Amino acid sequence: MHKPRKKVIPVLGGALEITVNIAGTGKPLLYLHSAGGYYWDDFLDGLADHYKVYAPHFPGTAPGRPNEIDLVGNLWDVVTAYDDLLDGLGLKKVRLIGHSFGGLLAAELAAHHPKAIDKLVLISPIGLWRDDAPYTVANWCALDGNELMDVLFYDKQHPRVVRRMTPPSVGKDAAELWQVHLMWTLGCTAKVIWPIPDKGLRKRIHRVTAPSLVVWGENDKLIPTVYAQEFGKALNNAEVMMLPQCGHEPPLEQCEILTAKVREFLG
Amino acid sequence: MKIACFHLMPYRDLPDDFEKKHKSAWFTLPFDGIADRHKVSQYYNWTLDELTYAAKSGFDGVCTNEHHQNAYGFMVNPNMMGSVLARATRGTDTAIIQMGETAVFLNPPIRVAEEYAMLDMISEGRLVAGFPVGLGGDFSYSYGMAPMEQRSRYNEAHDLIKKAWLSKEPFAFNGKHYQLPMVNIWPKPLQTPHPPIWVPGNASPSTWDFVLKHDYSYCFLTYFGAKGAEHMVNGYWRRAEELGRDRNPYRLGFLVPVGVSDTDEKAEAEYGHASEYFYHKGLHLPEQLLAPPGHMSHSSLTHLITKRPFPPFSELKGMHFPQFNDRDYVVCGSAKTVTQRLLNIIKTLRVGHLMILPQFGSLSHEKTMENIDRISKGVLPHLRNVWDNENWEDHWWPKSVAQQQRAAA
Repeated sequence: MHKPRKKVIPVLGGALEITVNIAGTGKPLLYLHSAGGYYWDDFLDGLADHYKVYAPHFPGTAPGRPNEIDLVGNLWDVVTAYDDLLDGLGLKKVRLIGHSFGGLLAAELAAHHPKAIDKLVLISPIGLWRDDAPYTVANWCALDGNELMDVLFYDKQHPRVVRRMTPPSVGKDAAELWQVHLMWTLGCTAKVIWPIPDKGLRKRIHRVTAPSLVVWGENDKLIPTVYAQEFGKALNNAEVMMLPQCGHEPPLEQCEILTAKVREFLG
Repeated sequence: MKIACFHLMPYRDLPDDFEKKHKSAWFTLPFDGIADRHKVSQYYNWTLDELTYAAKSGFDGVCTNEHHQNAYGFMVNPNMMGSVLARATRGTDTAIIQMGETAVFLNPPIRVAEEYAMLDMISEGRLVAGFPVGLGGDFSYSYGMAPMEQRSRYNEAHDLIKKAWLSKEPFAFNGKHYQLPMVNIWPKPLQTPHPPIWVPGNASPSTWDFVLKHDYSYCFLTYFGAKGAEHMVNGYWRRAEELGRDRNPYRLGFLVPVGVSDTDEKAEAEYGHASEYFYHKGLHLPEQLLAPPGHMSHSSLTHLITKRPFPPFSELKGMHFPQFNDRDYVVCGSAKTVTQRLLNIIKTLRVGHLMILPQFGSLSHEKTMENIDRISKGVLPHLRNVWDNENWEDHWWPKSVAQQQRAAA
């Protein structure tokens, strides 16, 4: 298991700092987490065997720095901040992976700064809209813990799911603080996509030049699976892969297949 | 002591098994299939009749409020109700207390500055301008704005409205959320410099600081009774002292559902169903719908989840009338008992503005009118003078044209 180290990078002209988790060696890979927040899982660990993985915390979700979200007003600020982050890390060209909410950010970043992105992987991304397949932030923000488990996963008993979703039991108020962190993270990420994550990506996505891989769980109950093909069509050069027995969290539920495919695709 | 009549305008006839069949009485509950349109039409008129009757029977003011997409209380535009009430009470001193039109639900929020000014004109200077932060679910689920923006929009909307009332010249407003090239409202309020401002809240320390800094009156709205509220209200008074404010009881309002019967023994038969309906059905509201992620500041969220100052709404389902009444969630009994219990609440919390909810849950129009009558005759006269020996002035009560004319004459 890799032990990521944290590095703090000033962005937006120094108005904001982004905390990045870094592990592994090799060509640089930027990973943008989902609305549930940063979590060093087996998927990232496997990637760190082959790449130097940079996994930033979305503003407001880094430990001990909740109020940094106040410095982000909208999606445009976030895209600019992440573009600044590439400069701050001295990365001219990266492989970019985004999951769900992070998939939206990754697609936006790749459209905003196409030359900086070598290859793009979108895992169950949000950000496009079809009238016949509606979804809103309420799909995950308006649910209680049990409902969220039902909607996120194909198999709630999967050991990786259990490990990710079980609050810690050691330490004062550990479980409560875990819950605070999860709710706060949902609130921070929701800030730039509320109430519907259709913020105009469709008008920008044609700018993406990087070869792209779109991955979707066949049993995703959170975001309709029709969006796999929708992203596949909207991107210039995309391959779509559907994962069996998998909900909205492929890194947890289909880690092995996903890792192998992503490794092959990224080269 | 000032005593106002508050109304939520609920759906009064939900079926007995309602909360078992539906996830929530709020936001996700379909109107069609639940609501009888003719009944709803009747409810709005009953609500206006009940509030008007309360004003005529001796209450000092009438309170309306704003919520959306629910069966709990759907006075979606309190100013429409307030303007009817202003007209129906013309020539009296009844305060028209808007608790209120929620500025952050509107864009641009100067609409509130305009409507309140208009209402102050129609009421001839009897308006109390309520500035609620607004319920998180209303703001984010019904009206589509990000939970994290609510407080910042509130602060900005407040500054904009105040400036729209006070500025002598038209101005441009360049806010983070609202940009207006020409702010120049017609009319401005009749009361100068502006109507008294009350801010409702449920014990958020950031709201206390806001209220005390601006020298407004705070209205503590809780579902969990005066006993549970005591330590929170003490926190408010402590904060007032820290910020150099006096202990004027008119700095605090408090809301209580009240039911008066001939005897204590009859209270359960008369108000038991209505109380349980209110707590079991009206507050059938999952927490994540009440306050979406991001609605609270990080420190408030941490406090809420680690300390749990309120019981979760789901616990209310296991409670029944005797507990609601014992814990002062509702105050029901004979006029004598209700008077004593209210006096105790008023004195313990230092309440200057008592707001009474005479209609709650399923309580019928007839029972509500009877209740208003009993409260007015048997309770109000014994509460009025409670603060007289301390000689405080209520700086947060409207000075109507009629009052000023009487004073001049």
